[in-house]
Amino acid sequence: MTDWLPFEWIAASRFLREGRLQTLSTMLGIGIGVGVIIFMSAALAGQQANIVRRVLSAQAHIVLIPAQEVARPLRGGEPGVAEAAIVQKPLQRVRSIDQWQRIVQEVDALPEVKAVSPMAAGAAIAQRGEATRSVTMQGVDAERYFRIVPLPEKIVAGQPRLGAEDIVIGVDLASDLGVRVGDKIRLSVASGQGATLTVTGLVDLGNKGANQRMTYVALHTAQALLGLIGGVSSVDLTVHDIYAAEELAQRLQALTGVEADSWIRTNSQLYLAINAQVIANTLIRFFVGLAIAFGIAAVLIVSVVQKSKEIGILRAMGGSRAQILRVFLLQGAVLGLLGSLVGSAIGAAAIVLWGVLVKNPDGTPLFPLDLDPTLFLAAALLATLSGLIAAFVPALRGARLDPVVAIRG
Amino acid sequence: MAEPVVALQGVRKSYNLGMPNEAEVLHGVDLVIEPGEFCALMGPSGSGKSTLLNIIGLLDRPSSGQLAIAGNLTSGLDDKAITRLRGHAIGFVFQYHHLIPAFSARENVMMPMLLERGRPDAAMRGRADELLASVGLTSWRDNLATNLSGGQQQRVAVARALAMKPALLLADEPTGNLDTQSAQAVFDLMRDVNRTQGTTVLIVTHNRTLADQCGRIVQIVDGRVTRGWSRPESCLMSVKASR
Repeated sequence: MTDWLPFEWIAASRFLREGRLQTLSTMLGIGIGVGVIIFMSAALAGQQANIVRRVLSAQAHIVLIPAQEVARPLRGGEPGVAEAAIVQKPLQRVRSIDQWQRIVQEVDALPEVKAVSPMAAGAAIAQRGEATRSVTMQGVDAERYFRIVPLPEKIVAGQPRLGAEDIVIGVDLASDLGVRVGDKIRLSVASGQGATLTVTGLVDLGNKGANQRMTYVALHTAQALLGLIGGVSSVDLTVHDIYAAEELAQRLQALTGVEADSWIRTNSQLYLAINAQVIANTLIRFFVGLAIAFGIAAVLIVSVVQKSKEIGILRAMGGSRAQILRVFLLQGAVLGLLGSLVGSAIGAAAIVLWGVLVKNPDGTPLFPLDLDPTLFLAAALLATLSGLIAAFVPALRGARLDPVVAIRG
Repeated sequence: MAEPVVALQGVRKSYNLGMPNEAEVLHGVDLVIEPGEFCALMGPSGSGKSTLLNIIGLLDRPSSGQLAIAGNLTSGLDDKAITRLRGHAIGFVFQYHHLIPAFSARENVMMPMLLERGRPDAAMRGRADELLASVGLTSWRDNLATNLSGGQQQRVAVARALAMKPALLLADEPTGNLDTQSAQAVFDLMRDVNRTQGTTVLIVTHNRTLADQCGRIVQIVDGRVTRGWSRPESCLMSVKASR
């Protein structure tokens, strides 16, 4: 008996030690449950981060574009007369965002925004000899744009250099046109404007469609080709909290007067799928947690029955109901805590094994899982709390035992 | 004159009160036990001995009537106060020793003090060692309760019952589970405690030989105390048991 330990701790630890096999199997049961929760949480976070990273690494989180052009009939309706006019939707020309420099400045100053990049984009035809392909031309300020889409990381050949006569194209487009780094291609737009550019780099965006379509040129090259001198067709931005992108987009729309599309709106199916996954995962974790709590409660109920004689004796010797209650609550909490330590080890082992066993064809991990200390801490806290709550009913039962009945057994 | 250690007046105990199967097991018991008495409580099985002992030991409450332990009238006390009084004034020795198996002999003896004070200390250990020495178990003090013989366990139980220096030692057939030699040894131990420390002892027993060595035998039949007399050589009080 250690002097600094109160009676409740001494009794709880002795009772747990006495029922060694029961304690160990309960701890293992809790451990497996906690391990599953930890692994599932890490897997969910890893998978989510992986999907989001793959999707968002090639696109901006929010895109500011000029408000759509609308046709407004000039005739004023007479009071009391309803007009059934059919107003044709006007064609949407490539237009510049009005006062885009001011908007870039304002948006860049917002703390939620990580990077801002203006862009002049439009459709074009890429041509080399007899081969032609329709492409998307994105004119960007390289320094700013690479902070939004890390193109240098996706370069598979050449350099991510975007001078006035340079062009970076998707690997599949290069293959379709039969060009290599250093070759020249002609890029022309519908208006007939065109330029001959040197391929400085080939990028792999991780998507065949994008690799066949995407071309990157310097901002002023695109401006000249699209007839947008001094203008931009969109402003791309990335934010710190990707899940708050839609909310910020709405604020920006109100602030700047231009249209703001967040990745959540443009990838709504993906967003819904991620959300559904989060809900399913949360439900699974909740039910595993519930199973743990019932497991602890069941073990302690049996323990109260087994220990009823001891409870009666302790009560006969002057032990109060509160002391008995605390002894069993502590057992629940200790079981939860020890089980969570076992579970943390199981969870960590599963996470490490995942990294070793589940790999991409190229040998890199399918997606990395983090050994996040806060996850382990939260699991330990939750398991301890579950143990405490689960122990409440059996503890109350023990505390309420009639000593006479308990001793008689 | 000192206050009686136990005073019962018109104590009744019914089970299943208010139900069709209500059964009264004690029918208005009056009994006084004065400080320093060594009493045996005898009676056939089902006569209400254990119920009476549990009521005197504050483990159970009477359905009606008055009970005072060491001068404290118990009828107005709440559960907390009853627990405190039980812890301070009464020591129990049960038929099946009822030591806590997860603890050593010494820790079992320390248990009533630990329950009262919350944390173990040197004084508690000292008192436990002293008591274990008095029952001849010093060298067994670190053994788990389960590693002791029946007689040794019962002696530890007596030591534990005396830990809080109680005014009253209640023993429910403490020798019923022991061989003759061990039974006599445990009985002598309690007798000795009664003589040397003046602790009042009430012992439930079926053993006539042991009962005859007590200062007074209280007989209970069908929930009524039918006899309570003192042996002349050890009578310490006037008997007020009802008939």
